[in-house]
Amino acid sequence: MREGYDHVASLDPEHELSVEDPSGLRFSGDGAAQARKMTLNMGPQHPSTHGVLRVVLELDGETIVSARPEIGYLHTGIEKECEVKKYQQVVTLTDRVDYLSNLNNNLCYALAVERLLGLEIPDFAQWMRVMLCELQRISSHLVWLGTHAMDIGAMTPYFYTFREREEILKIFEMFSGQRMMTSYIRPGGLALEPPRGWHKAVSRVADQLARGIEEYGNLLTTNPIWMNRTQGVGSLPVDLMIDLGITGPMLRAAGIKTDARKDCPHCGYEKFDFDVPTRTDNDVYARYEVRMEEMRQSLRIVRQALDGMPVGPWQADAPQVLLPDREKMKTQMESLIYHFKIVTEGYRVPAGSVYQVVESPRGELGYYVVSDGTAKPHRVFMRTPSFGNLQALGAMLEGILLADAVAVMASMDFVLGDTDR
Amino acid sequence: MKYGAPDEGSESVLPEAFGGNSTAVALNQQFPDAIIDAKEERDGTVLYIDRAKIVPVCRFLKETAGFKRLSAITGVDWWPRTPRFEVVYLLHSYSLNVRVRLLVRLEEGQEVDSATSVWRGANWYEREVFDLFGINFRDHPNLERIMMPADWEGHPLRKDYPVHGHKYSYQDEG
Repeated sequence: MREGYDHVASLDPEHELSVEDPSGLRFSGDGAAQARKMTLNMGPQHPSTHGVLRVVLELDGETIVSARPEIGYLHTGIEKECEVKKYQQVVTLTDRVDYLSNLNNNLCYALAVERLLGLEIPDFAQWMRVMLCELQRISSHLVWLGTHAMDIGAMTPYFYTFREREEILKIFEMFSGQRMMTSYIRPGGLALEPPRGWHKAVSRVADQLARGIEEYGNLLTTNPIWMNRTQGVGSLPVDLMIDLGITGPMLRAAGIKTDARKDCPHCGYEKFDFDVPTRTDNDVYARYEVRMEEMRQSLRIVRQALDGMPVGPWQADAPQVLLPDREKMKTQMESLIYHFKIVTEGYRVPAGSVYQVVESPRGELGYYVVSDGTAKPHRVFMRTPSFGNLQALGAMLEGILLADAVAVMASMDFVLGDTDR
Repeated sequence: MKYGAPDEGSESVLPEAFGGNSTAVALNQQFPDAIIDAKEERDGTVLYIDRAKIVPVCRFLKETAGFKRLSAITGVDWWPRTPRFEVVYLLHSYSLNVRVRLLVRLEEGQEVDSATSVWRGANWYEREVFDLFGINFRDHPNLERIMMPADWEGHPLRKDYPVHGHKYSYQDEG
């Protein structure tokens, strides 16, 4: 066992917790109240922590007195790894950061590198990126909804949401060959040409999703048990939420209308017509309503993309960055040389740095890419929404019941790969 | 396209000519000697702030200029170049829909004041920079490792730390 595992960094600096006292009872301090408190470890292995998150709770009966989340159990050194890979190799690492919204991570990285390179992406590639990212957003929200309902105790929505999600994963497999870690959006455009018949497949799935979202709403939105468990739970003052670093649907449920797709237009989002849903209640139920509405708005974007998809190339015109067409590579000498150079040495990106922001299903996702003029990034920092949101977990869990803690954690919709990288 | 080391890649803008960046102008009026350098990067002007004045600058930007939100704090290691480290503060203002980037250059062993007194959300970000780079933040409430185990030696994101770690296998630990 690692040496530091049993060390619980002080929840309360005056009362150092000791391992010899597992019951947590202490007879110092203010007597009876101190004696009642119990330390409960919601350990890294727990079905409701949505990953390997450790939350050390100090309980007074069923009420949480203080909570301290501990992360780092899924830290795999992705940022370090990015520094030794070429720019095109980093794309596959970005998939795995937030493993439920891969395309959004790909998009952020691709946009950052394209800004450093100064590439212009053709319209068709942009619209295709938007469409696939919105499908990814729906897929991520479907996982959130299914697991959130299951945490509260409703088993059924999980099966229904994963049935719809299966259709979306089949679409991704059709495009890229991979269900989840698609790496389909790369600096310069898309990875492969979209397959024949994609339009029919995506519009069929869009119809299915519309029916599915209605079904989940029927199951949960006016369900008295759901409303009882989720309304009035999990609020923090809005200023404190902003101060602590929360972004995304949690802020939108508190009334702040902010969305990186509208505020920092990128990838052609300004050409699409969609609303940013907000609520004012700032509780778990409001966050549920915001994400349900986000799914409907994403579907709206997907339909607009299907109706108005432009024609054109699916990659930028950048022979020094993008691999040449396979046939050309086999017949023309220059293409062969470009292919060889790009694969073995990589393409050099001009020195500079950029902070690119996109809206991930969890909040503000930003990639800070620093280039030193070579073919490998000098630093790739991923400003992930789950890291910022989880910081607020300690404050959000104070004073609520243990059963509500599960609902609050589910409403935060964090992913540990996103947090720990 | 220009290649080269970072100092040659983008133009270095003298503090006297901010090119209409109102945040930088306001900051320059309030703290005349805080801004050491400014550069035009792909996403706007980047300001290099004096290490000793970063917290008053952040407080001014949060309370007066409206940058209520701290997006992230991170570090960059430029070893073997000196100054070795850069601590990057990414700020965001909802009301003005503006983002600004502040950089603080540090030598090895130098400390920075913690920004937790300005934004509570700086807590975990500074812990991460401490954990992965070894930069100390003064007056931080609990500056401990956050990603690596508590007893880890070394700071992994430094450039002189090997990618696969110092040992061949970490399986047979204690």
